[in-house]
Amino acid sequence: MLSRTADNLYWIARYLERAETMARLLEVGSRIALLPGSGQGFRNEWDSLLQASGTADGFARKYGDPVQRNIESYLFFDHDNPSSVASCLTRARENARIVRTALTTQVWDALNSAFQDLRQLERTPRSQAELARLTDWTMRAAALVRGAIEATLLRNDGWDFLHLGYHLERADNTARLMDVKYYVLLPRADFVGSGLDNYQWTTLLRAMSAHRAFHWAYGGEVTAAKIAHFLILNPQCPRSLISCAQGVTGHLDRLARGYDRSTPAQHQARALLGRLADTAVDEIFDEGLHDFLTRFIGEIAALGATVHESYLSGDAR
Amino acid sequence: MTTYFNEMYQNGAVRAPYARLNGWTNAMPAELRQMKQAEAEALFRRIGITFAVYGEGGDPDRLIPFDMFPRVFTAAEWSRLERGIKQRARALNAFLVDVYARGEIVRAGRIPARLVYQNEAYEKAVVGFRPSKGVYSHIVGIDLVRTGPDEFFVLEDNCRTPSGVSYMLENREIMMRMFPDLFRENRIQPVDSYPEILRRTLASVAPLKCDREPTVVILTPGHFNSAYYEHSFLADLMGVELVEGQDLFVEGGFVWMRTTEGPKKVDVIYRRIDDAFLDPLCFRPDSMLGVPGLMDVYRSGGVTICSAPGAGVADDKAVYTYVPDMVRFYLGEEPILPNVPTWQCGRADDLNYVLENLADLVVKEVHGSGGYGMLVGPRSTADQIEAFRRRIEADPENYIAQPTLALSTVPTFVDQGIAPRHVDLRPYCLVGERIELVPGGLTRVALKEGSLVVNSSQGGGVKDTWVLAE
Repeated sequence: MLSRTADNLYWIARYLERAETMARLLEVGSRIALLPGSGQGFRNEWDSLLQASGTADGFARKYGDPVQRNIESYLFFDHDNPSSVASCLTRARENARIVRTALTTQVWDALNSAFQDLRQLERTPRSQAELARLTDWTMRAAALVRGAIEATLLRNDGWDFLHLGYHLERADNTARLMDVKYYVLLPRADFVGSGLDNYQWTTLLRAMSAHRAFHWAYGGEVTAAKIAHFLILNPQCPRSLISCAQGVTGHLDRLARGYDRSTPAQHQARALLGRLADTAVDEIFDEGLHDFLTRFIGEIAALGATVHESYLSGDAR
Repeated sequence: MTTYFNEMYQNGAVRAPYARLNGWTNAMPAELRQMKQAEAEALFRRIGITFAVYGEGGDPDRLIPFDMFPRVFTAAEWSRLERGIKQRARALNAFLVDVYARGEIVRAGRIPARLVYQNEAYEKAVVGFRPSKGVYSHIVGIDLVRTGPDEFFVLEDNCRTPSGVSYMLENREIMMRMFPDLFRENRIQPVDSYPEILRRTLASVAPLKCDREPTVVILTPGHFNSAYYEHSFLADLMGVELVEGQDLFVEGGFVWMRTTEGPKKVDVIYRRIDDAFLDPLCFRPDSMLGVPGLMDVYRSGGVTICSAPGAGVADDKAVYTYVPDMVRFYLGEEPILPNVPTWQCGRADDLNYVLENLADLVVKEVHGSGGYGMLVGPRSTADQIEAFRRRIEADPENYIAQPTLALSTVPTFVDQGIAPRHVDLRPYCLVGERIELVPGGLTRVALKEGSLVVNSSQGGGVKDTWVLAE
């Protein structure tokens, strides 16, 4: 397939995943705003959401202080914010329009309807566009597209490039979300046995839609080690770093088999997965969670660059 | 008051090809019609067939209005059109091969040398080069108008990259989906073989250097182009890659496309970009759309470009006047389809006549297209005519004039019910090893009452075009 087509498919998935992450962040933010007496803490939470999405600077330039209404607009509707839900969906749809022929009618329909709905939402008076409705809508739209991809798309190389986009973006998003709240998970002596600050860890798990799943998987007392294990090393958690690494490796291997040739991307992905599989939670805390995550984000970015070089840039030989 | 030929009703009776449509419309109540119209629009929007108008801004996803009332030809009518169209396509290609070689037609004094060799569209870069199978224009779109039962005229030729064929195909799909009964009652010849014939045509002109199943691609200027939908639609139906200039590169005397598995050789390029943008090393150096070095490969027989660079010299509106002569000169036949009488403002006598009769004529720019830069005398105000007069006087060579034709009408759904509206027809003739024409084309309709301008950029719509079986 044309490298440019593969690139478009890859970015459709990345933008969709990013839009969904943004919607989750907004949902978490709005929940915290409902907590009683969260005065100062609430301000900090919104701020950390902006940090997590990498949009704090842009927001500060445009609005100054984090006021909830402005943050909602900025993260959902604002086309000046390249990571807003609206920006991501628009770009996903534009990429899809370019490679319309590489998609099934169902996938295009799902994506194009989401885009048309978005244009409707943009015309809706803000007083009628409740945040819960917006975030629900985003996650549903993303799920519809993903469902259409799973159910109807030919399992060819294009399918692999879509999923490479999904997994790489998700790995990056999960790592960033954790990194912003890494201090919550520091196993300080006074937390041991007393449980973590309730809304802090809830925030983190909710941001990954993993709040209930966590309890099913672990039960008992919530500890930093359990949460870190769940979000980094547990292959059952669909957003864990190791799940994403497995996904990337699996799709790269399929490509290598289909094309009957390997590239540096396969080796790099397998090495990354191998390292994760050999890691124990204690080692992560010994290294320092923040350092571990920073290193991981760098590694995922490097893997993304190698995938680009090997398949998407058009320089493959 | 001009009377117009109505293709459905003649002397108060329904003409034969439309016989079965009479009952169809009578049996359709207004509510059903509105429902169907909305359904059609939803279908078009869903498949993403939209049309952007240059320079108008507004909704980039605008739809070309689709009128559900079909336009119908009998097999006999079509058979004459088909012969005339193929004849013209042959003559135009013979002309192109000639003017880039010995120029016999110019030597014979049948067309002024200046019109050919000083023409902006005359491509010096391909002089002396004979394209594969001697074909310059592989898709010839010939715009036809009708003024009576047997009176058809060629309005203009499109030898470069005529657009609109996706509408011919989609209009048919949508009609079949919405009114299956009509297709059971009428024996309508199918058009859906067009993409396959196009692919075969393109493959048949692969360069001699190609020793395997040829790789065909469509070269598009990109997704911001107003016809991008059509490019991707055709690529999809033909099962070929849709590439942009950046996807191709030149190496070792061949053209390659960048794929995820490494470079893949390309044999035939159906380009939907203008000559000037094809190769920045040969034409416009600032072109970002083309492929550097493409023309070198082309001239050394490493790749075929369709339509061939330089084909534009045959569809110039000033050269148009000479096409009947081309038919006689190259084929030794009489033209089956006549031209519309045309005055060339570059000639002193013609210019005088045109300036005296502006109010009755249609005046066009020689290189204009899309209904821009034209004057429809009978529908213009005195001020508009005067303004246009000054433009002609400033640069007479740039204008031609034609009588205002009494374009035929076909019943069309309008707000008040059904009313006659003026139409034209663009069939798409495919020229490769063989010359082929699918039975159908794009009927464009001027939706405004009384309007004679059918261009989609000027408020025109489209209709499904039927050719009945014997």
